[in-house]
Amino acid sequence: MSAAPADLPDRGGLNADVLSADARREALALLGLCSPGIVLVGIIIVLPIGWLFWLSLFDETGMLSGANYARVVEQASYVRTFITTFEVAFIVTGLCVLLGYPLAYMLSQLPRRAASICLIFVILPFWTSVLVRTYAWLVILQRKGLLNTWLMDLGVISQPLPLAHNFTGVLIGMTHILLPFLVLPLYASMKAIDADYLRAAMNLGAPPTATFWQIFFPLSLPGLAAGVVIVFILCLGFFVTPALMGGGKVIMWAMRMEQTTSLYSNWGAGSALGVVLLAVTLGLLGVFRWLLGARATSAWGAR
Amino acid sequence: MRKSRVVSALAVIGITIPVAQALAADTIAVASWGGTYQEAQAKAFFKPTADALGITIKEDTTNGLDDVRLQVTGNAVKWDITELGADECARGSKEGLFEKLDYNVIDKSGINPKLVHDDWVGISYTSVVLIYRTDVFGEKGPKTWADFWNVEKFPGRRALSGSQATETLSVAALAEGIPIDKVYPVDVDGALKSVDKIRGHIDAWWTSGAQAMQLVKDGEVDMASIWNGRAGTLKKEGAPVSFSFDQGVLTADCMVIPKGSKNKDIAMKALAMFVSPQLQANLPLYVDNGPVNEKAFETGKIPQERIKDINSAPENVKKQVLQDAEFWRDNLVEATEKFDNLIQQ
Repeated sequence: MSAAPADLPDRGGLNADVLSADARREALALLGLCSPGIVLVGIIIVLPIGWLFWLSLFDETGMLSGANYARVVEQASYVRTFITTFEVAFIVTGLCVLLGYPLAYMLSQLPRRAASICLIFVILPFWTSVLVRTYAWLVILQRKGLLNTWLMDLGVISQPLPLAHNFTGVLIGMTHILLPFLVLPLYASMKAIDADYLRAAMNLGAPPTATFWQIFFPLSLPGLAAGVVIVFILCLGFFVTPALMGGGKVIMWAMRMEQTTSLYSNWGAGSALGVVLLAVTLGLLGVFRWLLGARATSAWGAR
Repeated sequence: MRKSRVVSALAVIGITIPVAQALAADTIAVASWGGTYQEAQAKAFFKPTADALGITIKEDTTNGLDDVRLQVTGNAVKWDITELGADECARGSKEGLFEKLDYNVIDKSGINPKLVHDDWVGISYTSVVLIYRTDVFGEKGPKTWADFWNVEKFPGRRALSGSQATETLSVAALAEGIPIDKVYPVDVDGALKSVDKIRGHIDAWWTSGAQAMQLVKDGEVDMASIWNGRAGTLKKEGAPVSFSFDQGVLTADCMVIPKGSKNKDIAMKALAMFVSPQLQANLPLYVDNGPVNEKAFETGKIPQERIKDINSAPENVKKQVLQDAEFWRDNLVEATEKFDNLIQQ
């Protein structure tokens, strides 16, 4: 295929010019159609991020300096916050996969009507504000909350379990809020898997487990990859839930940005944190793409 | 015919433009913290001022110094007066974000001189107080910060502010037994050592007034540092709690005119009204934040039995430490970074 355009001029000089002119015109027309979008993206995304980067290079006195970045490395609390942020992001993403994959699988296997009813329960929390849901978790999980009261009344435990105002609370709250972001793309990709492949596998003598792991699972990977990336990225910027459920002991990067922006009189201090997070996130996305994307693409290629 | 219509149209425009300008000039925008506090300010300060001066006061809410800095440095000042914490005022003043105040218009008598500056003036007081649950301790709960730090004598779950390093460092100094008149200037490293002693026993570091209230109300903690307004609300709601102004930390709020305000002169007059004893005396009728002008207590507007519950009543001021805004202007950044490093270990 790729060699074809190169062959063209040799074959017929008469049409070649017209064809390439035509192709050029089409490309230009497409570019013209895209340009409003490109300009918009440039104005609302590329420019501000460039500006953010630019600001982060200046210190309090307006001089060019690396002080904002030096602080991030030198102060123990920033390093600690950074580690906490990624720790939370990895664990929450893992929990979402563990809970979300079976859920999406079940949904994809249900009859259409039952599946849409169940999907409503996945989507419903989307319509409630994150703040409200986080407070609801507080009511359930705190020392004198529903769960601890029930467990103590039932005699299962004698001391309330420390479920809120700590790391566990943050994990529970964030997993609940982010789960739909994993389930929805995953469900869509599972729905797109042709059942004939599974039938063919079984017809050829594969037991159900082998059919799942060798046919279904690889085909669902692109959806899983998309879900994992969305959840992971959202985790990195989470603010409300860790702020309320963490009891001030789980400080994440976004909370740190807010603190830093109000503490320092130069915008550079806060923007440096933004730049660091952006750079690390892009780096990780590259790794994800390399790990998950390659496998997912090959699964699609085999189709 | 046609010409006369044009003329009359021009005449109409000519009339409406000055009227529109006059209307615009008579509206000022005032920003405060929102919530019940701002509702109280609206009743106590804004409405009487608007009525007396014949102007319209448009309300907005602020997140603090960042907002002002953004407006002033971005040349897009939309507020004519805004409220801030006193340490924010001191910092913003150093950055040159505010207009100079005219004390020929604003009468500063009755206001603590520490809260009267070239470009900012105090407006109200909040206290950081020690609250404890009476269903856990009865009436014999922790009364001083030294008690709060004494985990053997007063076992229980504890919360302190994690977001307001200035307040937590002040109470940490008090916990070391430093007398209230010697707390400022704060020995930051000494206070941090004191925080280090209690840090392992803190179950939650709160980051907002609402959170502090929730922690105490739900019994998540048995004792906490809390703002007196929130503590008062808990008591009114019937929660089993007790607190007093002993060893409280008085923090002032202040008001400023952001640099570049288009209605500076009217804002000045309005601000003069806000800090006047008559309007200041209205504030404690609606909210627990005390008036900054002590002459408010002489107006006779505040009922005698209410005065003892107001944090800035002369009797109560004696029991408390006044946060030094200028000390924190110079030490906030370093102290907060050290504090964060400590509590996040």
